[in-house]
Amino acid sequence: MTSPSDFELSRRKLLAGTAASVALTAAPSIVNAQAPTIAEQNAAAGSATLKVSFTVNGAARDLTLDTRTTLLDALREHLHLTGTKKGCDHGQCGACTVIIGGRRINSCLTLAVMHEGDSITTIEGLGTPEKMHPMQAAFVKHDGYQCGYCTPGQICSAVAVLDEIKAGIPSHVSADLNTPVQLTSAELRERMSGNICRCGAYSNIAEAISEVAGRPA
Amino acid sequence: MKFETPATTNPIDALKIVGKPFGRIDGPLKTTGKAPYAYERHDVVSNPAYGYVVGSAIAKGRIARIDLAAAKAAPGVRAIVTADNAGQLGKGERNTAKLLGGPEIEHYHQAIALVVADTFEQARAAAELLRVDYTKAEGAFDLAAVKGTGEPRPLFGGPADTALGDFSSAFAAAPVQLDATYTTPDQAHAMMEPHASIAAWDGDKLTLWTSNQMIAWGVTDIAKTLGIAKENVRLVSPFVGGGFGGKLFVRSDALLAALGARAVGRPVKVALQRPLMFNNTTHRPATIQRIRIGANRDGKITAIGHEEWSGNLPGGRPEGAVSQTRLLYAGANRMTATRLAALDLAEGNAMRAPGEASGMMALEIAIDEMAEKLGIDPIEFRILNDTQNDPERPARPFSQRQLTECFRTGAERFGWSKRDPRPGRVRDGRWMIGIGAAAAFRSNLLVKSAARVRLDRAGIVTVETDMTDIGTGSYTIIAQTAAEMMGVPLEKVVVRLGDSSFPVSSGSGGQFGGNNSTAGVYAACVKLREAIAQKLGFNSAEAEFADGEVRAGNRRVPLAQAAADGGLTAEDGIEYGDLDKKYQQSTFGAHFVEVGVDSATAEIRVRRMLAVCAAGRILNPKTARSQIIGAMTMGVGAALMEELVVDKRAGFFVNHDLAAYEVPVHADIPHQDMIFLDETDPVSSPMKAKGVAELGICGVAAAVANAIYNATGVRVREYPITLDKLLEQMPDVG
Repeated sequence: MTSPSDFELSRRKLLAGTAASVALTAAPSIVNAQAPTIAEQNAAAGSATLKVSFTVNGAARDLTLDTRTTLLDALREHLHLTGTKKGCDHGQCGACTVIIGGRRINSCLTLAVMHEGDSITTIEGLGTPEKMHPMQAAFVKHDGYQCGYCTPGQICSAVAVLDEIKAGIPSHVSADLNTPVQLTSAELRERMSGNICRCGAYSNIAEAISEVAGRPA
Repeated sequence: MKFETPATTNPIDALKIVGKPFGRIDGPLKTTGKAPYAYERHDVVSNPAYGYVVGSAIAKGRIARIDLAAAKAAPGVRAIVTADNAGQLGKGERNTAKLLGGPEIEHYHQAIALVVADTFEQARAAAELLRVDYTKAEGAFDLAAVKGTGEPRPLFGGPADTALGDFSSAFAAAPVQLDATYTTPDQAHAMMEPHASIAAWDGDKLTLWTSNQMIAWGVTDIAKTLGIAKENVRLVSPFVGGGFGGKLFVRSDALLAALGARAVGRPVKVALQRPLMFNNTTHRPATIQRIRIGANRDGKITAIGHEEWSGNLPGGRPEGAVSQTRLLYAGANRMTATRLAALDLAEGNAMRAPGEASGMMALEIAIDEMAEKLGIDPIEFRILNDTQNDPERPARPFSQRQLTECFRTGAERFGWSKRDPRPGRVRDGRWMIGIGAAAAFRSNLLVKSAARVRLDRAGIVTVETDMTDIGTGSYTIIAQTAAEMMGVPLEKVVVRLGDSSFPVSSGSGGQFGGNNSTAGVYAACVKLREAIAQKLGFNSAEAEFADGEVRAGNRRVPLAQAAADGGLTAEDGIEYGDLDKKYQQSTFGAHFVEVGVDSATAEIRVRRMLAVCAAGRILNPKTARSQIIGAMTMGVGAALMEELVVDKRAGFFVNHDLAAYEVPVHADIPHQDMIFLDETDPVSSPMKAKGVAELGICGVAAAVANAIYNATGVRVREYPITLDKLLEQMPDVG
């Protein structure tokens, strides 16, 4: 391993090596574990509840929750704010996006009791069918949705993205960290990529967001 | 209403509302989070218990023992449903594997238990406590290994094999030949809303608020599985968070919610956990396809053959990838063959354009390869072999076929003339640039469909049909149809969908929903017009319905007056004669794609996309366009990333969540262009419309593949085209 040539990994070898290690870690473990799992230990101990108070769409809410309750389930199952969607429950799809203190967050990846005192905005807080937020109206105008299930998350993300850019927060595709971030097509698409739309309305969503931002898609 | 002769002029032709790009009438609900999906019905169900599904950890074999004790003792647990305690269960006509497995296990993650508890958190925690011992059996999981055992299986009602002329001799004699094999992987629908249901029993009557594309099928199959009368089952599915074929059939969420609710005497809600969906539900099965094309040097195809191998659980169906080859290109000597082998992976079934989507992925690369061998532009090669008649039954014409016009229009719009046919010649900095094209083809299906229409004294027209809107725009085009027929503005129409207490519609599948469900609404509206005319003393043949009035001669009466002493209701449906036998009804298009391939890493980026489609009358250009661009997006996924990776030892799809099963995201998709050609098809229905939702995916992946070839000179015949498949052969870039 001392010869410099050993380090000249070709891109092919590098990729092959990566693939092999992925295959190893993905090997299935379908054997039945007999030792008590963490879940078993927790269940045996009984579930704990905690009180939590936060503000949702401007209204103060006080809940007593099983500490395992995600913010997403607190909204959907306890507050009946079902506009926030559960697509994967694993932070992989973005359907559960809400805005907390101006930042978007996957509400399935955070426990409700962690949000004491927080100010949470959900899709219901942005607008109503009678009085839509400009982003909601733009999604309707540009047909930026089909089945509608990812839509609240897309809209919450889109609203937050425009604020992120105004605040000068860079992204993976920002070319120059010393100049103000511009809302280019690449910036917009990169920043929205955590919100999957399986119906494939991306082109229309980009147009809706661009219109609200006041620039061509 | 029986539709037996081609449509003549009818009230739809006024096109005051139909054919206009209205925004979706359900749009404000969807964009504000107010549209209620299956799991969200707090408005109709209170205090439900929560179900959590446990899937089998083996692919094939038996459950030797389940120990429920620890789970039953966990806090909040109310019941655990297993095959042991669920009572006698049947199987839905449209399900291949049982929705509740045990003791026999048919596939990995087949549901084996539902843990029902007071809260979701309790149910989830308790589900971890099940102890299951299995006895594994050997299974077949590798299509390539078992393809030789494949047997002929009929294809969507058609024969497994077809032949015309003498394919073997003509192919052997052809001066230019192509013989190539292509593979497409297993793919997942991966719709955003998981399969979800809330079940509630009232005595022996079951209501399921669920997410389902085909309400009447669902009623039949739930009743059959539970062994109860159809009349005792109601399905409600007003909003469906995507389906793509994955929600054509009742799945384990619905059955287990019903069983759970029965067990605990309380409503139960169940959503399939995302990581369970990929192996628990259905998927588009993988294919191996051999295509042989023989042509004369002038480019005329003399022989075309397409063979398909796919696998499924015993009793399942083949993918059907040869379907389009029977119809797309001319050629006197032809053969197709379909072989299905037994595999023990999860059930393969319909996904967006079953058959054609997979078939076009292969065929349209083959056409590109053949054109190159002939030294003919690939678009000209397609046009040279275009036909106006069913190639297998030449006496049978296409009702409409504008394939050539699609290519000509698209080529001009996309700048095809600037394409360098020699691969690897165009650069943009570090990017190698290529453009590719492919035909789009998907047949139009006629399915009977009914609706009920009511006029009330306020002049509101209410349409009820069990049709579903899975993102396709059904609410809006149905409202447009009723508004046009009754002569009222769109705001005066209320559309209620997805309830089995409404008349049975076509449902949503096979791109047949739009044309057939609106034709059913047309039929009901014709009947309502007659009732209104009679009530108001008009001759119904002469009465004109416009601007909220009924008119004839000098007489005009407000429409609402017909309902002054109570509402008027009419129910009817569309049924079809043999126009789909006399004519081949299909939809056509041309896809154009520009890609950049990184000259160092072989990363592939789609830079431009255009589709030109001819699909009958476009009922709403805005929602129809969305169907096409959405399908183009899914086609990019098929081309570049989508693959359920099979663990061939343990027998399951390894990448069973949305992080590992990659679908296109915003950054993968550029601005998309699409054009509809002017077309009406009077043979399809009184609406003169055809399907669009699946046409858009057929051919896209091949257009991407052909563009990659044009960029790099590397021909990949195994989807998805990932950079590792390009790297070995990438040209030196110095």
